[in-house]
Amino acid sequence: MASPILSVSNLTTSFRVEGLWRPVVKGISFEIAPKETVAVVGESGSGKSVTALSIMRLTPPGSSKIEGSIKLSGKELLTLPEPEMRHIRGNEVAMIFQEPMTSLNPVLTIGFQIAEALILHRGLSRSEAEAETIRLLEKVRIPAAKSRFHEYPHRFSGGMRQRVMIAMALACKPKLLIADEPTTALDVTIQAQILELIKVLQEEEDMSVLFITHDMGVVAEIADRTVVMYNGQAVETGPTEDIFARPTHPYTRSLLSAVPKLGSMGGHTRPMRFPVVDRATGLSDVPTETSDTVAPASERPVLEVSGLTTRFEIRAGLLGGVKGRVHAVENVSFSLQSGETLALVGESGCGKSTTGRSVMRLIEPLSGSVLLDGEDVLKLDQRTLRDRRKRMQMIFQDPFASLNPRMNVGAAIAEPLIINGLATRSQAREKVAELLRRVGLLPDMASRFPHEFSGGQRQRICIARALAVEPRLIVADESVSALDVSVKAQVINLMLELQERMKLAYLFISHDMAVVERVSHRVAVMYLGEIVEIGPREAVFGNPQHPYTKRLLAAVPVPDPARRLEKRPVSNDEIKSPLRAPDYVPPVRQFREVSPGHAVMIWGQEWETQPAIAKVA
Amino acid sequence: MATYLIRRLLIAIPSLLAISLILFTVLALAPGDPFEELATNPNVPPEVRAALRAKFGIDDPVMVRYFRWLAAMAQGDWGFSFASRINVDSLILQRVPTTLFVVGSSQLLALAIALPVGIYAATRPYSLFDQIANTLAFVGFSLPTFFTGLLFILLFSIYLDWLPFVYRSDIAATGWRWYWEMLRQAIMPITVLGLFQAASYTRYVRSAVLDVVRLDYVTTARAKGLSEQKVTIRHVARNALIPVVTLVALQMPAVFGGAIVTEQIFRVPGIGSLLISAILSNDTPVVMAVTFVFACLVVLFNLIADLLYGWLDPRISFR
Repeated sequence: MASPILSVSNLTTSFRVEGLWRPVVKGISFEIAPKETVAVVGESGSGKSVTALSIMRLTPPGSSKIEGSIKLSGKELLTLPEPEMRHIRGNEVAMIFQEPMTSLNPVLTIGFQIAEALILHRGLSRSEAEAETIRLLEKVRIPAAKSRFHEYPHRFSGGMRQRVMIAMALACKPKLLIADEPTTALDVTIQAQILELIKVLQEEEDMSVLFITHDMGVVAEIADRTVVMYNGQAVETGPTEDIFARPTHPYTRSLLSAVPKLGSMGGHTRPMRFPVVDRATGLSDVPTETSDTVAPASERPVLEVSGLTTRFEIRAGLLGGVKGRVHAVENVSFSLQSGETLALVGESGCGKSTTGRSVMRLIEPLSGSVLLDGEDVLKLDQRTLRDRRKRMQMIFQDPFASLNPRMNVGAAIAEPLIINGLATRSQAREKVAELLRRVGLLPDMASRFPHEFSGGQRQRICIARALAVEPRLIVADESVSALDVSVKAQVINLMLELQERMKLAYLFISHDMAVVERVSHRVAVMYLGEIVEIGPREAVFGNPQHPYTKRLLAAVPVPDPARRLEKRPVSNDEIKSPLRAPDYVPPVRQFREVSPGHAVMIWGQEWETQPAIAKVA
Repeated sequence: MATYLIRRLLIAIPSLLAISLILFTVLALAPGDPFEELATNPNVPPEVRAALRAKFGIDDPVMVRYFRWLAAMAQGDWGFSFASRINVDSLILQRVPTTLFVVGSSQLLALAIALPVGIYAATRPYSLFDQIANTLAFVGFSLPTFFTGLLFILLFSIYLDWLPFVYRSDIAATGWRWYWEMLRQAIMPITVLGLFQAASYTRYVRSAVLDVVRLDYVTTARAKGLSEQKVTIRHVARNALIPVVTLVALQMPAVFGGAIVTEQIFRVPGIGSLLISAILSNDTPVVMAVTFVFACLVVLFNLIADLLYGWLDPRISFR
């Protein structure tokens, strides 16, 4: 190997917690060769982000210390005086972060923020820096770069902001780019664009890339070599192909087995549990399909939604007149049997969450009907609605925010029982113990508070709370999206097990195609507030018809390095907005039946020619 | 922007009307009126008293009097001060500039202290500087202005004899000398009021900066290789100022309220002391007018705060 750009040896980073030095990164060593991409992969708390910050020496001074050795082209960084280190930052090593929404300063124009680095490190004048910035913005394929120089970050979408971050990082032609989860917060199609962009630019600029991620699919897609981190240590290091083909460490094996692999469900019609791997031995069981839980078609569905429409009005001007409408949900119809999982998939802004909330009547829909066991939820008065809510419960995305931090877990789970008059306080206590056991927690945890639990445990508590009133339907709104891979697998296994036991119907709202493939019986793909394709999971994934479904499936990174060379066409499209003029009349859509139960919307001209520029709504 | 301003001014009208109605009713319900002393004055015959009361319509129902006041106000007639025997509007115009000068300068002083101290303390949390600043801030807003005011007078006017302790509006000097004398007598009230505000603003600036310092874009700025100083000034300070602006504007009613006490101590002839003397002499038209001016100032400062907010934060659009 050529002499490495970056050589990290025996890196230990500790933080001072209550007067004691607690190591977060414990003796990590790896090297990055010129033009190489190395991925550091691990779950939250594994120390991967701290590793990145340590290389930049950006950990908080005073309360942290970095030991070991970090050499950039042979130069030791840890002993460098601060002014010289500042010369390295942004100039020789650049960094992009996870949250494009928060990593740009909201009160400065993007042009200024990029030019700042150019003026600082390359000594350009203001006008030279402006010209160079526009060139960089064009390089990261931001449309109309020149006119966007003076705009503020809030005018850019997440994907575009990440492009701005990349432009900023590339400004001084760094030798090494550190990308800390750069695509985690983005939609799949945008993620694919950004990954492709990083790959192309890396080739053009001859950079090395240190790519930090939790997503094995992204690792397979981009990395030459991989470092697997667990609990502050590098448990396995090697070429990416080897790690995927022959993982040796038990942790790597359990991580890989928990990753849903798109396309791995061919030949199965029912959902499948994730294999459970013993972290100590690395041995795993082989899961089978779940038993047939779906009620026969002759039975009345739990939920029948037809013509559901929800719009939000945008008001502006002196008198607050309607200036536009967000057509969040437009004429959506589907039904759900008892014991069945219907997944609503789509990208942000497609209306999948609004559909879930409209069904629960947490948002008042404009029109349509939602029949729950044959009774129209939208026509109920408030009192009856509250009573019927017992039959439908919701689990939210963020388990941290959906539990009241001042309420102990037992009280949180007992609350729905008591307010619905289903149990007295003493009965509720027994019921809580039983519910906790059912979701895999211990009954004596009831007296603890939410902050004492991990993310996965909290989501189990939310599930227990939803189950307390014995609902028929659970709306799971991105319920596993915020969880780490292995925790995600556990929570999904729990949900599948509960479905088998209690014949629950799930409306599973998610943007993650691979997870959806694993858990659902049927799938509905949403785009700009409408269902464009709906059908049995096997049919939709195996034989996608609508161009949007195809695009969505193509964008999912597949955790298999062997399939990396299949080059995918990546467009520059932004996700479109369902914001329309006030006089917009939605067109009447027609559906075509591909196979029994598999219907696809007949699409118009706009999908035939691959649109190069996002159409302005 | 223009539509926003017009809309905000239109919204201000009903709120000012409601405020004036409440003020008027409360004042009318309060015991005592400007003619009360006539009742005990044996030289005034009862029929004259009754005639006067009828002339000023004091015995009419509250609502009739309110609408009469409103109609007069709309024509620019603020009423007549019974105690000072001049029109209320000229009385207020005499007094407002002094109050605005004292309150305005004290706010500038407060910000001039709070911003640098708060920002510096927040960039070095729990350092010696931070702890001293915190302690002083705590002491500062624990001491009421009427106490520090007297302490200042005792120290600077009586023991050291550096500064005058009675504020005079009739300084017999011209040119530079006049300005110097004005400044000298204003130092103490401005300092007392300014330090008190600076104490609470410092703590607020500090926590606002601490909130911003840990945000991602500050790390981005550091990762660019900027020096700490540039990171603080360019990327932290402006963002931290946004919540501070709201606080300063919302503090305005309290600041004017506090100024009343301070004006009284230093005998500053502002509208605060006018209000107190008017209350003591049952001069209802003046009390009504002064409280209404306070209400207008508060509404005005809220509008200014919202405009500043939009100027500091490009994400806010005026609709």
